[in-house]
Amino acid sequence: MSNRDGNPARTAWLVVAGLVVFMLALAGCGGGSDSTSGGSSDEALQKVGKGEGEVSLISWAGYVEPEWSKPFEQKTGCKVNNKEAGTSDEMVELMKTGQYDGVSASGNATARLVAAGLVAPVNTDLVPNYKTVFSDLKDQPYNTFEGVNYGIPHGRGANLLMWNGSDVSPAPDSWDVMFDPKVAAKYKGKISVYDESSYIADAAMYLKYHQPDLGIENPYELNEDQFNAAIDLLKEQQANVGEYWSEAAKQISAFAGGDVTVGTTWQYQYFALKEEGVPVKASPASQGFLPKEGATGWSDTWMIAKDAKHPNCMYEWMNWIIEPKINAEVAEWFGEAPAQELACKETANKNFCAEYHAEEPEFWKRVYYWETPLADCGNGEEDCKDYNDWVKAWTTIKG
Amino acid sequence: MSETVAEKRSVSHRLSDLFHGRERLQVGALLAGPVGWLVIGYLGSLALLLVAAFWSVDPLSGLTIKEFTLENFEALWNEPVYRTIAWRTIRTALLVTLTDAIIAFPIAFYMAKVASRRGKALLVIGILLPLWSSYLVKVYAWRTLLSANGAINWALEPIGLHGPGYGTTAVWLVFSYLWLPFMILPIYAGLERIPNSLISASEDLGASPFTTFRRVILPLSFPAVVAGSIFTFSLTLGDYITPRLVSNDQFIGNVIFSNIANNQPFAAALAMIPIVVMIAYLLVARKLGAFEHV
Repeated sequence: MSNRDGNPARTAWLVVAGLVVFMLALAGCGGGSDSTSGGSSDEALQKVGKGEGEVSLISWAGYVEPEWSKPFEQKTGCKVNNKEAGTSDEMVELMKTGQYDGVSASGNATARLVAAGLVAPVNTDLVPNYKTVFSDLKDQPYNTFEGVNYGIPHGRGANLLMWNGSDVSPAPDSWDVMFDPKVAAKYKGKISVYDESSYIADAAMYLKYHQPDLGIENPYELNEDQFNAAIDLLKEQQANVGEYWSEAAKQISAFAGGDVTVGTTWQYQYFALKEEGVPVKASPASQGFLPKEGATGWSDTWMIAKDAKHPNCMYEWMNWIIEPKINAEVAEWFGEAPAQELACKETANKNFCAEYHAEEPEFWKRVYYWETPLADCGNGEEDCKDYNDWVKAWTTIKG
Repeated sequence: MSETVAEKRSVSHRLSDLFHGRERLQVGALLAGPVGWLVIGYLGSLALLLVAAFWSVDPLSGLTIKEFTLENFEALWNEPVYRTIAWRTIRTALLVTLTDAIIAFPIAFYMAKVASRRGKALLVIGILLPLWSSYLVKVYAWRTLLSANGAINWALEPIGLHGPGYGTTAVWLVFSYLWLPFMILPIYAGLERIPNSLISASEDLGASPFTTFRRVILPLSFPAVVAGSIFTFSLTLGDYITPRLVSNDQFIGNVIFSNIANNQPFAAALAMIPIVVMIAYLLVARKLGAFEHV
């Protein structure tokens, strides 16, 4: 037999070498076919064809709920596969997998998604409901790049200051409870903070109001000094923080379990906790729903993946989500201002749009929508801190 | 029809002719799958990671710039927070390993040397049972237990005590709970292999139980403890969900997680820390004989 002189180690090496060659050949072929099939997707779709039977979405918690995704499935035959993400970083990361057709991206993800070539322009002519979207949501820097539309507005809102009514009184009208060392010390170990680098903007917004000499204009465009001031404030805050949260469920359980009593939150958690019977409160109508400094917030955009496998279903979805009735339902369910003007006539609560200031552009000037921090902040000097600086600084804040 | 059947048969015949008597080819075909997975799927991804650590990233798009640079390692070295985090991670991993070894040894000893056959079976099931439920469910269960209004505080309140709450202690507690089975089972297997006659002989020669333990049982079972410690140590070292759910502590894994979306090269450089620590740990474990009988 031929194996008598065979050496097992040599055999193993032969197997390995053969496999490597085989895989390399395979990788080469795969690369070739990829580049030919992906050629046309830089352009927006020209015509919405027949649905592909399903659509895969990445969304914020509460954006894709059975109440409006089931009727969508029935109407279009597109089955909805939804993946919830807790942070914009997670959304960008998920989009890089190439397995999703679209994403409800906030302003601190949109520019990155476009720059990384992960999303395609949107032909708004193919989205009939786009015509009646609020005009102050159209062609904004976070959804339109070099004059090209990259998405369909979903809705907008402000991050809330929330507190447990039985532990915090009087009702705070300022972010002092979280940032002013003297006031915050009262709630030491009970403060709940959003666990993402974008929270640096909350500190910058606070400083913009309380230390005008720093000259902060936009809390996402910070030079070295302004940035360091915000970081120092957050490091000071860290001693008082009870918990940093990035999953909505984690914050809900912390408020419900009494581990934290005051913090920054989204409408989603606020309503979930109310439903659980936790006496949470948020800035009331008499304060214009905002602490006196204003608030950071979001204006979200549905974007379509560059190599979407189900582009027709994705266009159907983008049109569906701003259908007046549906957008009203979505906005009321989540607790945010709708993107669709006509939605204001369809809300169950007839005062809804007034309460959420949907039709008041002035109100939104005090809300600083999430943006991606860039080195270039418009003064031609590239001296602002960019997104990677923000992420690294966030690690040093938490220590 | 008959033609294709003949053709088929001839293909399979030719295939079996090809393999007949060629043992090297047979072994090769058999191993191609698993070895391929190991080399390409496992070692290949590690190699990619190594290479990526020397690249940099475009700040806006998060796309990698494939040019050699040491800036990631410089950033790691120059910013003291990463040392704090690395040390915290390693310290916790060591503490969890020690805790689990101390808890696991008596349980494993009872299972191997004292318990009846039935009792042994029940204990094995009891130890394996938690492994049947999801990791996340277990951590969230602990989150609920440790909460300010949770069961631990409720139980301790009557005697005027407080639970640890969320924080470093909670992380240590939850990790020790999670990885305990991974320590018990290797020690149990190691103790089982020690012949009872050795213990009897030690007694007959006049050794006290403590001396028997110290001079006979411990040296013979020590490699098994080291083998178990590899699991508890490496599992703690790589985890990031438990620290995130029951504390504000950052572990190496948390920092990797927060960087991976926009700065993969830096995340790759961070990932070098656990790799280096683990290689060192395995070398020490080999010195201590962990791989000799396993």
